[in-house]
Amino acid sequence: MNPIALILAFPLLGFLINGLLGPKLPKSIVGWLGSIAVFASFILAVSKWSLILADAKGINWNAYTFLQIEQLTLNVSFTLDRLSLWMTLIITGIGSLIHLYSISYMDHDEQPAKFFAYLNLFIFSMLLLVLGSNFLMLFFGWEGVGLCSYLLIGFWYTNKDFGHAARKAFVMNRIGDLGLLLGMYLIASNYGSLEYAEVLPSMAQGNGSVSLLTGIAVLLFIGAIGKSAQVPLFTWLPDAMAGPTPVSALIHAATMVTAGIYLVVRTQALFFLSPAARTVVLVIGVLTALIAAVIALRQNDIKKVLAYSTVSQLGFMFVALGVGAYTTALFHVTTHAFFKALLFLGAGSVIHGVHDEQDMRYMGGLKSKMPVTYWTLLIGTLAISGFPMLSGFFSKDEILANVFHHSALVYGIMAFAALLTSVYMFRLFFLTFHGEYRGTEKLEFDKVHESNWKMTTPLLVLALLSVLGGLLNLPHYISHEGFLSAWLKPTYIMFEEVIHADMTTEILLISMAVLIFLVGFVYSRQRYLVKGVSPEVETKGVAKWLQNKLYIDEFYNLVVVKPLEVLGDILFALFDTLLLYGLTFAVHPVLRWVGGRNRKIQNGNIEFYLLYMVVAIAILLGVNLLFV
Amino acid sequence: MLSIFHSLEISHYIYLSCVLFSIGLFGVLFRRNAIILLMCIELMLNAVNLLLAAFTEYMGDTQANGQMFVFFIMVVAAAEAAVGLAIIVMVYRNTRKTDVSFLDQLKD
Repeated sequence: MNPIALILAFPLLGFLINGLLGPKLPKSIVGWLGSIAVFASFILAVSKWSLILADAKGINWNAYTFLQIEQLTLNVSFTLDRLSLWMTLIITGIGSLIHLYSISYMDHDEQPAKFFAYLNLFIFSMLLLVLGSNFLMLFFGWEGVGLCSYLLIGFWYTNKDFGHAARKAFVMNRIGDLGLLLGMYLIASNYGSLEYAEVLPSMAQGNGSVSLLTGIAVLLFIGAIGKSAQVPLFTWLPDAMAGPTPVSALIHAATMVTAGIYLVVRTQALFFLSPAARTVVLVIGVLTALIAAVIALRQNDIKKVLAYSTVSQLGFMFVALGVGAYTTALFHVTTHAFFKALLFLGAGSVIHGVHDEQDMRYMGGLKSKMPVTYWTLLIGTLAISGFPMLSGFFSKDEILANVFHHSALVYGIMAFAALLTSVYMFRLFFLTFHGEYRGTEKLEFDKVHESNWKMTTPLLVLALLSVLGGLLNLPHYISHEGFLSAWLKPTYIMFEEVIHADMTTEILLISMAVLIFLVGFVYSRQRYLVKGVSPEVETKGVAKWLQNKLYIDEFYNLVVVKPLEVLGDILFALFDTLLLYGLTFAVHPVLRWVGGRNRKIQNGNIEFYLLYMVVAIAILLGVNLLFV
Repeated sequence: MLSIFHSLEISHYIYLSCVLFSIGLFGVLFRRNAIILLMCIELMLNAVNLLLAAFTEYMGDTQANGQMFVFFIMVVAAAEAAVGLAIIVMVYRNTRKTDVSFLDQLKD
C-alpha cells in the first residue's frame, strides 16, 4: 500500500472509529485511540525521511481521476516531497503531543469521543491539504480544516458566545476561501490544469502575463489572509479561544493557520514572478505583525494574549514571504509551532490548575504551585521573545536580517513589533507566575495544583524542541548552509540566492536582536514585577483602546454586519412578509372556493362517474384527432 | 366464407361496430340494473372484437394477430362477467336489489 495512503488513513480511521463507535467505547480508550492514530502517521512520515532525502522528487500517488471536463482533468493525487514531508512531520508530531495532552485535559468532559474524532479529522484535513499534489486537494483540505475549526471552537456549544465565535471563524474563513476559489478558476482556465507540477513550471517558463500572475497570486493570498488570520480578516483567531485549549494549540501551532504560509511557499514560483503580489504580502504582513502586537499589550485573558501573539508571529512569517525568504518563513513556522504549542499547552495547564480561570487578573504567584509548568513556560516565553540561542531567536533574526536587506523602514517596524513581543510575553509571564496571588474567594490558593504527567510530558518535549529548534537552520555565520535551507532547496522552482550580509552588519543585527529582547524584558520586569502593576479593566486613553482590541470588531459590526442586517430586515419585510405571505394568503381562499364548488361533482352516484369517464375519454380522443 | 367477408366493404364493419359500441356505452350510462350493465359491457367488448376480426382480414394479415387478440378479450370478458355476476349475486342476497345505486353506500 502506498505510504501516503497510510499516512492519511490513520487519522481518518481514528476519526471514523471515534466518531461512529465513540459513545459505546469506554472513555479511557478514546483518547489513546486518537493519539495513537496520529502518532502512527508521524512514525510513518519519519520512516520515509531517508527515502525523500535520497530522492528529492518524492513519492507520487494518483488515487483516481475525480472529474474530467474537456481538457481539464481533476485528479485525487498526492505527492510526498520535501516540503510536504516537512509539514507532515510538524502536523503529526506536534499533533500527537497535543492529543496526548488532551487526554488529561478533557478528563471531565462528557463527550471525549466526539472531541477526539474532531481532532483526528482536523489532522486528516490538514494532511490532505499539504499532501495533495494539486490545488483541488489543497482546497478540500482547506475547507476541511475550516469545518473542523468550526466544530472545535464551538465544541462547548451550549455557551452561546462560543457558538458565535465558531460561526465568526467559519464566516471569516469563507471570505478568504472565495479568493482562493477564484484564484483556482483563473489557474484552471488559463493553464488547463490544477496540478502544481504542470501549472508552476508553465508559469516559470513565462506563460501568462504579469498582470494575470499578479491577479492569481493576490487571489490566492486572499485565501491565505483568511486562513492565516491576517489583517483585515484576523479577528476570528482571538475569538477562536472559545474552544478547549488543546484546540487552540492545534489551530495555532500545528494546523490551520500555517496553511496560508504553506500555500505561498508551495506556489512560490508564482509569487516570485509577481513583485506586486509580493509587495501586497509584505504590507499585509507588516500591518498584521504590528497591530496584533500592539493589541496583545493590554489583554487580560491569558489565551487572548497568546492568540494575538500568534497573529503577530504569522505577520512576521508573511513579511518573510514578502521579501522572498521562503525557507526563513517555513523555519519560523517550525520554531513557532514548537514554542506556541508549548505556550498554549502551558497556558492550558495553568487554566486547568486554577480550575478554568482564564483571566490573568485572578492569577499571580503560581510559580511555587506549578514548577513544571513554570519552567517550561519560561522556556517558551524566552524562545518567542528571542532569547539568544533559543529557537525563536534564530528564526526571528533570520526574518529581520532578510527584511533589513530589503528595506530599512520595514526593518524598523518589524524590530519594534519584535520589541512588543518581548514586552507582552513577559507581561503574561510575570502576571501569571510572580507577585501575589490575586485569586477570588471562589478558588483558594491551596487548591491550585500542578497537572499530571500526561499534560506535563508534552510540555517537556516541546520545551526541549523550543530550545533546540534553532539547530534546524543555523545561520550562515555558524554553519555554511542551514539544514532546512538545503532540505527545501530542490522544491523551489525559482528563487533568489540569499544575500549574506558581511560580518559587521550581521553582528550589528544580532546585537540589535539581543537589545530588543533585553529592553522588552527589563520594561516588563520593572512594570509588572518591581512596581507590581496589576492588570485591570482599563478605562481611559490608549490602554482602553488596546484592551478593546482597537474597536476593530465594533468597526466591522458597524460597517459590514449592521448594514447587512438592515438590508436583511428590509428584504424580509418586503419579500417575505409582503410578497410571500401576501401571496399565500391570497391563494388560499381562492383554492378553498374552487374546492367548495368542485366537491359537488363527487356525489357517490356511479352513473355520473362513468359519464365523467366517457366525457374525459371523448375529450382526449378529440384532442388527439384535432391536434396530433 | 372468405367471399362473404370480401363482399362487404370495411366501412360496413366499422359502422356496425360503432353502433354496437354506442348501444353498449349508452346502456352502461343510463341503465341502472347491474345485470344489464354487465351485458352492455359485453356488447362494447364484442364491438371491438368484431372490428379486430374485420381489420385482420382487411389488412391481409396471414399471421392473424388481430384475431388472436379477440381470444384474449373473450377470456378477459368471461372472467370479468364471472366476477361481476358473483358480486351481483352477493349484493342481491343482501339487499334484494340489483340496482347499481347500492354502490353509493360506499360513499361515506
